[in-house]
Amino acid sequence: MDETRIQDRSGAGEPSIAELGERPPTHERAIKGGVHTKRIHDSGVKHVSGAARYVDDEPELPGTLQIYIAMSEKAHARIVSLDVSKVRDVPGVACVLTANDIPGQNDYSPVFGDDPIFPQTSGPEALVQYVGQPIFAVAAETIDLARRAAKLAIVEYEELPAAITIEQALAAAGEAGHDLLDPHEMRIGDVDAALEGAPHRVLGRVAVGGQDHFYLEGQIAYSIPLEDGDVLVRSSTQHPSEVQHNVAKMLGVPDHAVTVEVRRMGGGFGGKESQPALFAAVTALAAVKTGRPVKCRLDRDDDMEMTGKRHEVTINYAVGFSGNGRIAAGDFSHLVRCGYSRDLSAAIADRAMFHADNAYSLPAARILSRRLKTHTVSNTAFRGFGGPQGMVGIERVMDRIAFETGIDPLDVRKVNLYPSFDSDRAPGVTPYHMPVTDSIIAELVEELEVTSGYRARREAIRQFNAQSPVLKKGLALTPVKFGISFTTSHLNQAGALVHVYKDGSVHLNHGGTEMGQGLFVKVAQVVAEEFQIDIEKVKITATTTAKVPNTSATAASSGSDLNGMAAQAAARTIKNRLIDYACGRYHVPEEQVVFAANRVLIGNEEKRFADLVGEAYLARISLSSTGFYATPDIHYDRESASGQPFYYFAYGAACSEVVIDMLTGEYKLLRADILHDCGTSLNPAIDRGQIEGGFIQGMGWLTMEELWWDDKGRLKTHAPSTYKIPTANDRPDDLRIAIWEKGENRSDTIYRSKAVGEPPFMLAISVFSALTDAVIAAGDGKAFPDLDAPATPERVLKAVEGVRG
Amino acid sequence: MSQVSMTVNGRKVSGECEDRTLLVHFLRDNLHLTGTHVGCDTSQCGACVVHLDGKAIKSCTMLAVQASGSDVTTIEGIANGQDLNPVQTAFKEHHGLQCGFCTPGMIMTITDMINRHGSDLDEETVREELDGNICRCTGYHNIVKAALDAASKMGTPQQVAAE
Repeated sequence: MDETRIQDRSGAGEPSIAELGERPPTHERAIKGGVHTKRIHDSGVKHVSGAARYVDDEPELPGTLQIYIAMSEKAHARIVSLDVSKVRDVPGVACVLTANDIPGQNDYSPVFGDDPIFPQTSGPEALVQYVGQPIFAVAAETIDLARRAAKLAIVEYEELPAAITIEQALAAAGEAGHDLLDPHEMRIGDVDAALEGAPHRVLGRVAVGGQDHFYLEGQIAYSIPLEDGDVLVRSSTQHPSEVQHNVAKMLGVPDHAVTVEVRRMGGGFGGKESQPALFAAVTALAAVKTGRPVKCRLDRDDDMEMTGKRHEVTINYAVGFSGNGRIAAGDFSHLVRCGYSRDLSAAIADRAMFHADNAYSLPAARILSRRLKTHTVSNTAFRGFGGPQGMVGIERVMDRIAFETGIDPLDVRKVNLYPSFDSDRAPGVTPYHMPVTDSIIAELVEELEVTSGYRARREAIRQFNAQSPVLKKGLALTPVKFGISFTTSHLNQAGALVHVYKDGSVHLNHGGTEMGQGLFVKVAQVVAEEFQIDIEKVKITATTTAKVPNTSATAASSGSDLNGMAAQAAARTIKNRLIDYACGRYHVPEEQVVFAANRVLIGNEEKRFADLVGEAYLARISLSSTGFYATPDIHYDRESASGQPFYYFAYGAACSEVVIDMLTGEYKLLRADILHDCGTSLNPAIDRGQIEGGFIQGMGWLTMEELWWDDKGRLKTHAPSTYKIPTANDRPDDLRIAIWEKGENRSDTIYRSKAVGEPPFMLAISVFSALTDAVIAAGDGKAFPDLDAPATPERVLKAVEGVRG
Repeated sequence: MSQVSMTVNGRKVSGECEDRTLLVHFLRDNLHLTGTHVGCDTSQCGACVVHLDGKAIKSCTMLAVQASGSDVTTIEGIANGQDLNPVQTAFKEHHGLQCGFCTPGMIMTITDMINRHGSDLDEETVREELDGNICRCTGYHNIVKAALDAASKMGTPQQVAAE
């Protein structure tokens, strides 16, 4: 219906549909793209045709400057002098930025104020703390010019002792008398007594490496100066609000002077949560100083050297258990390598602790976490946010107990699982005193045990290994229980903005960001479902701090849980106004206004959605609304290390079979069977993608992705040529993935779905356990291997040699 | 500076660029064909794959002047107007993408594979030849599925094609 027609209408009478010559209300049974459908990614067509724009693809405005950030060559040093005069003199260099140029706060940290944008050029804070730390930036006509000019700077360092490894960090913490962040302890039951009283006891240690995000699109920001000294920043970020705040803080202006926008990222995985603020700040500063648009797109090597990674964690354990493998007590200590600054390490190390139990009910447990400072890049969020590291600890314990008792590892795992929510047993309680009231893990594991043919394959592998002198196979079935919610409770909030236009089309905006995970299409499905209109009618728009303020990062798997609810609330507000209008106009009770597929039933009449909207507009009904959601019932008290930090748990399990070559340490993942709980999935196709991708990324972390720093603190694996990312050839020949059909969230989430971004990542622990199993076989079951992650072929070979004596 | 002229997506184009300008930058910056992406800057990731005279190449490993006189096809040039080609359709329908950044390079590499192997293209070959294209999101499952589906739809058997 066009504008004229709407305006020609009088209140006296409605033109009939026939008079309008329009299609009558359609009578489809269901809308296109509602919830629980396998809708394709909203940008699918744009991605396959090269039309999807990332920050670097937006047309550059005339006069755009390019930024190069010069990095520290020392791991820990005082800057004696920094001379950039020759850099400034190079023709084509518009400005050189150092700490002295920052009008506001020289910090881009998310919480603690300890991430300087640039180090001071003199005084006690003229300090660099990792190789790759930004020292100054050059804005020039081209990136090549900026890079060449930067080389003319003269930096004089006075080197200081550097802690690169966890061992050095421990020693340094001992000398300093404190860690980077205070230790935290969780405790349930009397651990010492239970350990003492247990029939069996073992001690052990496992080290788990870090991981580079390797988002295919590197870090990038583009700042455009506006009037009043305001700035518009296009940033590839999971956290626009934080980027906005940090840019404003740096410029010394109110948050309202900075707008941050992101349509999509080329991958994030946590690496674009706290770190993009640096690049946004540097470009914004240059934009304000020069009055010109400024871009900073990191070269891949620079990106890998400059930006933080997954935390490396060493876990020491002591565990007491009975003859049937049931754990009586577990005592875990985590040594967490945080890098030079605090960043998000407190919450990440906490989440490692929250997942030290994984899916197992521990009658008594103590988890101690120390957060150590190293003179390496500040480690940061990465899919799972510490949870995976915590889980590897207890899964190693399971394998160890199986080895000690001679019981099949799966049976050890099963005897320790949290009781099902519908069982006669009392719910298990986590080491942070939260009852697990929604456990389905026992049933899910049982099902996967059958569908994967675990028992028969276990027997086949036993026979294979008995006859195979060089190749040995291993098998493992491991569960996942992952807590959903930001453990910093106040972050569990989200906002949305929905407009309905006169023609019945809908504009959707919310605080979540799209990094490929399919959040935008899921939230659009929710809005389409709410209005009962085809999803094509819903326009998905770029995330911007100008539309929805004060958002949390799209992180912690919370994207659709939070933003889906907020968007639903916004749509409901408008829908309720439409219902109120229809009730008054057509004198029908509320229950007789029903939104059906692309139409509205009002009493005995039917209207197209667009027609009702057009009428409501003429009746001066507001067709725009915000929506807001805050997750209920969550809290955590750090003092007592207890509470209910999670709204619910997501569950899954995987069974992996590997074969190793005892002579070379090389191995192959032969088959993986996955069963994962998505609740009532909002979009099974998208969720499956998260499961597959998460599993392979997790496998990369635990097997091939090795970060290697030399003794000077220089990262030597700073490109995909030396840092091995899984390729198409690394996925198993046989990969069987199923979404758990019985899934339904017991908590009241958006259409009873469950978060799926992070949980599947930890399914890959089954690969690590299967490798452990194969190494045990290589030693004829005589010794338990000392195998750390990533279990590279070198490490597997070393472990094989270890068990063979 | 060098004068460069080539045929890109069926259109003759020319321009001036530095001798050391890479083909990918010429495509992106001079021709504004931004569907070809730069992922790793070091020829590992394959986000920059285009076709040069019908063969898949990494446009971050070639100078624009080296491509002068050649026929270049980018992701923007493989659809028939609004109609996606079978590889593009297969990627879309099999959910062979998430963040989408690697997708154009994947599609160009796979199109080249299908041109060479036809409908004989098997899973092992796809996975082997896809070694130079990194995807960090999907785990490759759906990408391989899309490649095989597209091969079955657009490829003639290799033996026939070779005749």
